[in-house]
Amino acid sequence: MRIPTGALIGLIFTSSFFLMAIFAPLIAPYGMAEVVGGVWEPMSSKHWLGTDNIGRDLLSRMIFGGQVTIFIATAATILSFVTGSVLGFTAAVIGGWVDQALSRFVDLVMAIPTLILALVILSVMPISILMLIMVMGFLDATRVFRLSRAVAVDINVMDYVEAAKLRGEGRIWIIFREILPNALSPLIAELGLRFIFMVLFLSTLSFLGLGIQPPSADWGGMVKENKEGIVFGIGAALIPAAAIAILAISVNLVADWVLSRTTSLKGGRG
Amino acid sequence: MTDSFLDIRGLKIGATVYPPGEKPKDIEIVHGVDIKLEKGKVLGLIGESGAGKSTIGLASMGYGRGGVRITGGEVFLNGRDILKIGAKGLRGLRGKEVTYVSQSAAASFNPAKRLMEQIVESALEHGVHSRADAEARAVKHFRDLGLPDPENFGKRYPHQVSGGQLQRAMTAMALCPEPDLIVFDEPTTALDVTTQIDVLAAIKEAIRKTGVAAIYVTHDLAVVAQVSDDIMVLRHGKMVERDTAETIITNPSQDYTRALVSVKSSEHPEKAPVGEPVLQCKNITASYGGDVKVLKNVSMDLYPGQTLAVVGESGSGKSTTARVITGLLPPIEGEILFDGRVLPPALAQRSRDDLRELQMIYQMADVAMNPRQTIGTIIGRPLEFYFGIKGAEKRKKTIKLLDKIELGESFIDRYPAELSGGQKQRVCIARSLAAKPKLIICDEVTSALDPLVAEGILKLLLDLQAEENVAYLFITHDLATVKSIADSIAVMYQGKLQRYGTKTEVLTPPFDDYTDLLLSSVPEMKIGWLEHVLATRKMESAGN
Repeated sequence: MRIPTGALIGLIFTSSFFLMAIFAPLIAPYGMAEVVGGVWEPMSSKHWLGTDNIGRDLLSRMIFGGQVTIFIATAATILSFVTGSVLGFTAAVIGGWVDQALSRFVDLVMAIPTLILALVILSVMPISILMLIMVMGFLDATRVFRLSRAVAVDINVMDYVEAAKLRGEGRIWIIFREILPNALSPLIAELGLRFIFMVLFLSTLSFLGLGIQPPSADWGGMVKENKEGIVFGIGAALIPAAAIAILAISVNLVADWVLSRTTSLKGGRG
Repeated sequence: MTDSFLDIRGLKIGATVYPPGEKPKDIEIVHGVDIKLEKGKVLGLIGESGAGKSTIGLASMGYGRGGVRITGGEVFLNGRDILKIGAKGLRGLRGKEVTYVSQSAAASFNPAKRLMEQIVESALEHGVHSRADAEARAVKHFRDLGLPDPENFGKRYPHQVSGGQLQRAMTAMALCPEPDLIVFDEPTTALDVTTQIDVLAAIKEAIRKTGVAAIYVTHDLAVVAQVSDDIMVLRHGKMVERDTAETIITNPSQDYTRALVSVKSSEHPEKAPVGEPVLQCKNITASYGGDVKVLKNVSMDLYPGQTLAVVGESGSGKSTTARVITGLLPPIEGEILFDGRVLPPALAQRSRDDLRELQMIYQMADVAMNPRQTIGTIIGRPLEFYFGIKGAEKRKKTIKLLDKIELGESFIDRYPAELSGGQKQRVCIARSLAAKPKLIICDEVTSALDPLVAEGILKLLLDLQAEENVAYLFITHDLATVKSIADSIAVMYQGKLQRYGTKTEVLTPPFDDYTDLLLSSVPEMKIGWLEHVLATRKMESAGN
């Protein structure tokens, strides 16, 4: 199996980000909230990426922030996929009023801009990591619902599903054994994209002050903390911003490759 | 230079394939074919799927479809090699010197434009005629092709005319710029037999009147024998033989051609009904909602170990009958008796044994099997589901079923995508047999297959019937198939049972008008059959 260069780069970056997140306490040279130097010190051998707006080591905060960002994004993605696809498949297979009720409810939620809805919910609810995951996961599940319902409606009319229905198979078999394996490739590609949106969504929330609360670090919050430095020519805010961009691009590269691999059975390339 | 007006020499065509998990590789699909064609002659290209017949047809306009490349040889048209004249030269040639009639006219017309605009387009584009001139010619072609109301026919949109008419409109489009050569690519394959005959007659007449040369691509030897002067038989991208149509039909020199000629001629001896019927449909009326009844008062019986063929053209209600019997579409009136007991009308109310004893095989085997399941899973599932057989026992029984359908153990871990069309259909047969059914509904099971492969499937079905005493409800539009498998026949027309009885009864005159039309429309391997039928038939197809 030959991995294309783009996908290889994506894989290397994605896996190093994830490894960094998992082993954060072992790699980070200083503690997350430890003040170890002056304000906005430049890069040096002591502080590889310099220090932030109150003198904490930027590299350590990047590593711990990455852990938080990636953990929340992953958990929210899993939540949105499980709810979205199970409900989407159910709506497609059962049809009728179940489909109508679920689809119209999803339309209703999607009619409200996601960010504004999230801001409203988070401003009245206590902000915790669990709450963030739930809000992000359920709001994003609407998009997964739409995709998986559309894919499943297509598959549901195939002769092999009809054959299974004529055999007397139950809904569980039809959803998990007949439809899911055939819906997997568009869903896996979507998984990558949704993960990236989760990272961006969380970063946006933190930047607006409703995400991860200080002194905990996350990349979006770090951009916010250090943004004043930009007018003085200090690039501390750019480092977490670049990390968000690199993670987004590398996950995308991997998702692209997975999509073309899994569809190769039907004549895809690469 | 050359003396023929179309002279293809040593044509080689290649393509790049992308096997899953492997490196792309180049393959050759046509291996050096030579074709010479005189002005005003018609050459039939015939062969099974994958023989390269359409690819060669398109190559005569210098075109390779979907990643297919012309890799070698020369194509001389009117004295010049069109493979060397470049993109601009080809643009000037296509639609002027060579035109094309595709299999699916419905997919080839732009639904947003009126027919006339599309039909005169290439004549105007190439400056052959003025608009008024081109439209006058189109109307003349409409009249010659037997289209209704030729003056106003061009004002309609594609969806406002029938499939047969649309195919003729496409022929008019091909004739309009007065080309030297027309490539017909399976122009009647997608049509009902009763419609096919009229389109065929119209095409033949148009070719005779205009004196245009034609390449006629089809898989149906009986059809091509009606319109061609010469026939070239192709297989695996190579020529098998070429001769006059008469010689190919009456005295072919190659074994492969002989097999093609004799296919569909097998007759199946009729069995007399024994015992109680396994299936009784009593006065079934069904509708897909609304006031339109797609089935009106249909009754038929089927006896164990026998085959009831349901025939009719598209829209006659054949497949709806199957949906009603399987419970997918509960009837609004009437009842179904299965093995002496009344079957609940809807699928959800039926017991597992009801479902097990009534199996179904589909037309398109490749969409009837889950592409993500192995053959072993596909065939093994009914064993596990109905009989609770698991593990090694299941594998053993699956292998036994694979042997029965003449495939064998080596297929058990393969995926459907790795099988040929005929093999896929065999797996579907094994899947339904695994349930030990009393009745199998076969919905056009051989229609998508090449004639020789279809013959093999029919033979297998008959052998299995003798072995397992299973009854078949065999839905088809192909009367040749009916003759070789049925014990009794139900002819359906516009949702009603037109004629019903044993095979001998139904196929013995006197016929009602529709049965006569249907029976006479099945192409026969005889030169001059078309003219004979047109002169003697009693009614025209509903598609006109």
